[in-house]
Amino acid sequence: MFNRLKLAIAALALSASAALAAKDTITLGMVLEPPNLDPTAGAAAAIDEVVYANIFEGLTRFGPDGSILPALAESWEISDDGKVYTFTLHGGVKFHDDTEMEATDVKFSLDRARAEDSTNAQKALFAGIESVEALDPRTVRVTLKNPDGLFPFKMAWGDAVIVAPESIGKAATHPIGTGPFRFVKWVKGDRVEIERNPDYWGAPVKLSHATFKFISDPNAAFAAMMAGDVDAFPNFPAPETLEQFRADPRFRVIVGSTEGETILSTNNKAGPLADIRVRKAIAHAINRQEIIDGAMFGYGTPIGTHFAPHNPAYVDLRALSKHDPELSKKLLKEAGQEGLRLRLMLPPPTYARRGGEIVASQLRAVGIETEITNLEWAQWLEQVFKGKDYDLTIVSHTEPMDIGIYARPDYYFQYDNPAFRDLMDQLNLATAPTRRAAILGAAQAMIARDYVNGYLFQLAKTGVANAKIRGLWENAPTQANDLTGVYWEE
Amino acid sequence: MIRYLARRLLSLALSLIAASIVIFAVIEVIPGDPAAYMLGLNASPEAVEALRDQLGLNGTAFSRYLDWAGGLLQGDFGQSYTYRVPVAELIGERIQVSLPLAAYALALTVLIAFPVGLIAAARRGRPADWGIMAATQLGIAIPNFWFAMLLVLLFAVKLHWFSAGGFPGWEGGLAAGLKALTLPAIALALPQASILARVMRSSLIDTLHQDYIRTARAKGLTRRQALLRHALRNGLIPVLTIMGLQFSFLLAGAIIIENVFFLPGLGRLIFQAITQRDLIVVESVVMLLVFAVIVVNFVVDIAYGAADPRLRRRR
Repeated sequence: MFNRLKLAIAALALSASAALAAKDTITLGMVLEPPNLDPTAGAAAAIDEVVYANIFEGLTRFGPDGSILPALAESWEISDDGKVYTFTLHGGVKFHDDTEMEATDVKFSLDRARAEDSTNAQKALFAGIESVEALDPRTVRVTLKNPDGLFPFKMAWGDAVIVAPESIGKAATHPIGTGPFRFVKWVKGDRVEIERNPDYWGAPVKLSHATFKFISDPNAAFAAMMAGDVDAFPNFPAPETLEQFRADPRFRVIVGSTEGETILSTNNKAGPLADIRVRKAIAHAINRQEIIDGAMFGYGTPIGTHFAPHNPAYVDLRALSKHDPELSKKLLKEAGQEGLRLRLMLPPPTYARRGGEIVASQLRAVGIETEITNLEWAQWLEQVFKGKDYDLTIVSHTEPMDIGIYARPDYYFQYDNPAFRDLMDQLNLATAPTRRAAILGAAQAMIARDYVNGYLFQLAKTGVANAKIRGLWENAPTQANDLTGVYWEE
Repeated sequence: MIRYLARRLLSLALSLIAASIVIFAVIEVIPGDPAAYMLGLNASPEAVEALRDQLGLNGTAFSRYLDWAGGLLQGDFGQSYTYRVPVAELIGERIQVSLPLAAYALALTVLIAFPVGLIAAARRGRPADWGIMAATQLGIAIPNFWFAMLLVLLFAVKLHWFSAGGFPGWEGGLAAGLKALTLPAIALALPQASILARVMRSSLIDTLHQDYIRTARAKGLTRRQALLRHALRNGLIPVLTIMGLQFSFLLAGAIIIENVFFLPGLGRLIFQAITQRDLIVVESVVMLLVFAVIVVNFVVDIAYGAADPRLRRRR
């Protein structure tokens, strides 16, 4: 009996001391489960939200503020003509399967991404590469077709991570990277677990274990946070409950910005919408703040063009499309489009469904009737994005620095302007930051003055976390849950 | 008996073939390209085309049907487009949640419904009966996802007795697994138990009017003895029928409850697969559910025989 008591006391003491030591595990909530874990073969943001910077690393990486930091490349040199990048890799880097990461792996990764049969979702990132050579195990030379000041930025994307030829085949279910965490297991439909990589080449991470838990229902997400099943929910799906979390000292609400320009995409070739006066009328009919308040519970920054407001090159062009219903009516009358009827197609996210109803009522106020159709993503991609069978739709373009899509005349909003394409060509040739900013400014102004789309707001990142967690990203320069700097405050 | 069995098996096979054609055709008609979904907004058309090739989406509908149906016959469910693992593996993982959950919920249903139904029938027209009828009416009327949310708010958020959802996996131990399934099973069982209790009550009341009950009472049995020894067994047939339907429903229809408790079950698998246009997963899981429903009906038929020897002989 006495022995048993001693044992019980010992067990109690053990668990107490474990509780006293700082917690070094974390459970993160995510709305969507990644379809697979290979960031080089899918666009799903959920893939990068698990693996980016945690499991996989690229030559460069995004910092929490969107700056480009060195990652596997220790440093790089740019030739005078801006066409040749020579990357020096970190030494002693190992993949999680204990093989060395060398220049040949970099060559393999880049060549694979730009190959003919590549299924990389961001193949355009690699389109400018002429050749990749592994000069020695730690030196890679990338020759570009044209000078490209953005090349280090492009290499920071999750789609450009460095993978090994011997393990990439199984990356969909068993990712092997070079990152500070390694994959443990994936219970499909429930969670992915990762743990600290003891052989990491860089500074070791503070967390020993992390779990990503997939909870899509907003009520369930709320309950899971409140019950303490989940320590942090970086993209929290129930913004209406954020005030409740704010009032609770156990939690911290993290509001930041994302790269998501939420726009009223307009089919520039669809009948009356080909007339710039009609598009201008739509732009002036929109009251951005009303949409942000009504659909997003006040979270979001109004934008006047397709560019992130936190970017240094952003130009505030909201005045070009300020809320002015009278002007809209006048423009519609001039264009002979009174009593216009348009089809508004809405994909599933709240910003589109709730925002769409507000946009519809704002358009009605100036005499444009809209017929709303709700679509699932797959259907939206087929009909709107690929088939271009729509008049208006609302969607958030979440890729960073994606103003280049306006140079694609066959892109779904069908904006066809040679002058804009010329600007983008100039941008690709420019390397000096001031020159780049000037061109980007001109490009922003051009699409705003052409009223290509209705520019609504920059999507906010609204998250909830346990008040003791430090080091989570506030903003989302790319869609990621970078856990490398995360720790529990004691 | 053998001819009867052969006929049943043939109709089972025909039902499955018909179901497979309907399922495949419906999914063929839905717009949406899995490859485009996977590669997103910035993908180049060539990359999408390359992926379509890789996934084998470029054949004709007929040849794809034959591939799929032929695979099913050999027990091969194919490869998931988005997860890139065999569908059989996905189903295997999910069924470890769905099947125990359905069984757990059905067990709770029976444990609640049988005594409650019996008491209501025995005390017909008295306050206990009225109370039970009112309570079961409420049980049917309350939406189960709402009831589930109440359970979560009380037992997880407030009292911290249970987690708000999720499933640790059976390797974490039987107790932990059952604990995780308890709130969902209760939420699923409440309306089912209410239905079953009412069916039980009315079926028992029907049999209580039969001649053999009067005979039993006449030979000296008390009301309670007559109810338990004679009425109960005779009243079970409609109850078994409903239970069969309920089990199929619990297996396939727990989607909403699975969402509320974020359980990795079959319902959520289908739901996810439909949004991602992981068509082969949708087809195979729906097929499996059809199979399960047919088998459950078959089992219920046999159970009739066990409950009522007259039906056994008639065959």
